[in-house]
Amino acid sequence: MSARTYSGTGVMLGRSLRHITRSMDTVITVTVMPIAMMLLFVYVFGGAIEAGTGDYANYLMPGILLIAIASGVAYTSYRLYNDLQSGIFERFHSMPIARSAALWGHVLTSVVSNAISVALIVLVGLLVGFRSSAGPLAWLAVAGILVLFTLALTWIAVIAGLSASSPDGASAFSYPIVFLPFVSSAFVPTDTMPAPVAAFAEHQPVTSIVDTIRDLFAQRPVGNDIWIALAWCTGVLVVAYAIATAVYRRKIA
Amino acid sequence: MLDLGLLLTLYPPPRRGAMNTADQTAIRVRGLRKSYKDLHVLRGVDLDVARGSIVALLGSNGAGKTTMVRILATLLKPDGGTASVNGYDVVAEPERVRESISLTGQFAAVDAILTGRENLVMIAKLRQVAEPRTVADALLERFGLADAAGRRVSTYSGGMRRRLDIAMSLIGDPAVIYLDEPTTGLDPEGRLEVWQVVQDLADGGTTVLLTTQYLDEAEKLADRIAILHEGAIITSGTLAELRELLPPAKVEYVERQPTLEEIFLSIVGGKATSGSEEERR
Repeated sequence: MSARTYSGTGVMLGRSLRHITRSMDTVITVTVMPIAMMLLFVYVFGGAIEAGTGDYANYLMPGILLIAIASGVAYTSYRLYNDLQSGIFERFHSMPIARSAALWGHVLTSVVSNAISVALIVLVGLLVGFRSSAGPLAWLAVAGILVLFTLALTWIAVIAGLSASSPDGASAFSYPIVFLPFVSSAFVPTDTMPAPVAAFAEHQPVTSIVDTIRDLFAQRPVGNDIWIALAWCTGVLVVAYAIATAVYRRKIA
Repeated sequence: MLDLGLLLTLYPPPRRGAMNTADQTAIRVRGLRKSYKDLHVLRGVDLDVARGSIVALLGSNGAGKTTMVRILATLLKPDGGTASVNGYDVVAEPERVRESISLTGQFAAVDAILTGRENLVMIAKLRQVAEPRTVADALLERFGLADAAGRRVSTYSGGMRRRLDIAMSLIGDPAVIYLDEPTTGLDPEGRLEVWQVVQDLADGGTTVLLTTQYLDEAEKLADRIAILHEGAIITSGTLAELRELLPPAKVEYVERQPTLEEIFLSIVGGKATSGSEEERR
């Protein structure tokens, strides 16, 4: 990328960050649902769920964070869709700036806004009993995986935002992704599920990511899970990025 | 509005030789074609726009005006023919073309969540001009938006948005400005405000390509008028030249009634130049 791309992306990032700080309700909406779910599982279902660990809040936290990110990226496609509709993208595209800058601005904004909601959820988690003995390095690893997960989902969101024909359509893609953690090890161990469901749960991306983050929080060795998790995130990221840029190029000719 | 089709059936355009004004030409279009599947939007458009002039591209809805502007703004690739802006080919050197132009599209391309000043500063930073804030403040003053500068654009009236939109297009002093239907959807006062701005632009030496479906707008603003009809420029020239296409004027005595626009403006007390009027109310 050239210097022009970087400076253009910086301005675009500043622009859409302002959008977020001026509509904090979008961050709050994204944060409240996972928090409510966390409270529900900890205080209502938690007593009846035999997860094999002492503290269910600790067991739950990674899955809740993934749900938050999965619903948070929907706003990226919504904002992107609005930009395409309003004509401001045409203005940007007719200016002497790198055309990818407009997309990268949205993608980086997604990372920042999801980081804010993840931080808020962890804080509330501390209030309901979430504890971690993880050191700075493990926290850094968790942050890294979450950022990679956010980027992968955000580029899927970009595809949706670019190809949607209505604002509802732009964000509908996230529903199945939000649902994925339920059929994973996020809330209950997979070996309690019927064999076919367990097979799906064990081989879908969320389980390996959840298990990795859970082990990092608990300072257990992460084993192979981390490589499976990284492979999933990177794979989805690369494919989604390739499709998104192809769609973008066709869209703006 | 006059029916262009009928007008042209009655008075077919004369054949015109191609102009040869190499260095004085800001926009040169030859045989431009663009189709969407079976819909042939542009079927061989020829157009020359001299530096520093205002040319109005006049046509009904669906005549291909916006398609033409989008191609000249490098947003769309033509199927055939050539187009060059400021000496640069739109297909071969799009980056150079983008440095030479500014586009004010049909719908005000402003960021409604940002304030007026933030919109201008954003564009100034993207164009990498020195002292973005000073540039923004000068434009806010010039376009009568200084009082509203700190307000979100979502609170602006249509005329204010359009003025901000045009102000954003002026940043970086582009040699050529496209205004795609700049007054569509504006009230009479907003329309007069925009007309004043366009006139000022051309007085400052900027080349303006204006599309419009309003005959009076073309008549009022343009040095030359090109009529785009069914995908081709069927005639072009100054207003005087176009008038010559019609039979000589007959003197008739007609009682002149004030137009509704004149009545409206005299009742509400609107003036073409009262830029900051709207904000105070």
